[in-house]
Amino acid sequence: MQERLQDESYKSGKRVLLNGNQAVAEAVKIAEPDVIAAYPITPQTPVVEKLAEFVAEGVLNSEFVNVESEYSALSVVYGAALTGARVFTATSSHGLAYMYEMCWWVAGSRVPLVMALPTRSIGAPWNIHSDHSDVMILKDVGWIISMAENAQECFDLTLIGFPISEELNIPYSVSYDAFMVSHTAEVVEVRDVELPKRKQAYKILPNSEFALNAVTVNDARHKARKTLMKDLENSRRKIEKIGRCFLGEDFSLAEKYRVEDADYVIVTYGGWSGDFKDVVDEMRDEGVKIGLLKLRFLRPLPEEELKEISGDVLVVDRSALYKFGGMGGEIKRIIPEAKNVIAALGGYEIGYSEIKALVRRFVSGKIGEVEWYP
Amino acid sequence: MLDPLISHPKVGSAGKTGEWRVFKPIVDHELCVLCLECSEYCPENVIEVRDDKIWIDYDYCKGCLICKNVCKMKAIKAEREFY
Ligand code: SF4
Ligand code: SF4
Repeated sequence: MQERLQDESYKSGKRVLLNGNQAVAEAVKIAEPDVIAAYPITPQTPVVEKLAEFVAEGVLNSEFVNVESEYSALSVVYGAALTGARVFTATSSHGLAYMYEMCWWVAGSRVPLVMALPTRSIGAPWNIHSDHSDVMILKDVGWIISMAENAQECFDLTLIGFPISEELNIPYSVSYDAFMVSHTAEVVEVRDVELPKRKQAYKILPNSEFALNAVTVNDARHKARKTLMKDLENSRRKIEKIGRCFLGEDFSLAEKYRVEDADYVIVTYGGWSGDFKDVVDEMRDEGVKIGLLKLRFLRPLPEEELKEISGDVLVVDRSALYKFGGMGGEIKRIIPEAKNVIAALGGYEIGYSEIKALVRRFVSGKIGEVEWYP
Repeated sequence: MLDPLISHPKVGSAGKTGEWRVFKPIVDHELCVLCLECSEYCPENVIEVRDDKIWIDYDYCKGCLICKNVCKMKAIKAEREFY
């Protein structure tokens, strides 16, 4: 049955059974990058396998560069992007750590590009499962950081990543949980859209008579970083405008799920947002005024939505940055009384009943300022 | 947005880099046969011929001594400038 659904719908170009990785690849296919370079790492590998297939079959006209490391992958697409090419790469975890220097170079150079980042724990100890440790090391480099909840959002957030990145001249990443999203098949609407042609602030071509990123003195580096941080902070309106143009009027940086009149609000992001929504529904049925704010973007941070929250807040993170979870510490800057739970690192199983128990403890006021689960 | 990233190459945009030098290359014009090997290899592009003699722009010569190394005539010697 599912197979039939997939086959038929594939032909019509509408609703297809895809996992998160394949959904990303389908969106990249629409964007038609000039150059794709990536090095395989679990759980990202199927994205580039799929794209390599498209290129081999001739349905995607991209230059596919096989590289020997993630450092090279981002370097290759960086160089290509500087000449005005639309580019794409993907990595996870240790791969991101290995290309980390280049992450700063592309952001600092204001190069538009899109990178898929299915989230995976970073060793030690060795672990290939989901938590958000990797995306947290990219969070403050100067990239736009989006987080998909499911395969549909993987598709959508990848698709709009190209025009957003090219409008703002800031690199863009789309993250989604290892396996739970990256390898779980769902019905995805493959939108029938065309993206605008690539644009960017500058290109370097053989006849260009200038140098990029020469050794700077005085305030050049200070100015460059300041401008990037300000542009990222103020990128919200442009992201929303482009998102609404391709994905519909509901699109925003954060999804408000039953938060109107809520006395309690869970703030979280990523794959388990769906479980939290189910818990919200169940508890609403019991008469508890509870809602969820799902962060679709970590950068720029959806501050307006966070400031609107009136009830008690619990931030649930899947990473730890010293004392707080990945977003807990900075959300406490906006909502000082917010509670924070750091949960389920390294793919630790947390299901509906555990999540419900956690939310119940929060509603009954039993969660302290910061807690670990387990 | 891009001003701090973009630069237009010109002589001495990073100041008088000759001040970084510890060893100063000195050409012995008696030994030099003007083969220009040193000029080919100088990473700072500061060696040229003036009045039929090798001339080094000491304002920007960083003293790497590559010129001394590649000179088959052993016409370049190094003089320590800083201790
Ligand atoms: S390499 Fe030596 S011989 Fe040749 S031009 Fe230079 S100094 Fe003269
Ligand atoms: S020492 Fe180095 S920089 Fe100076 S002239 Fe020789 S090769 Fe050029």
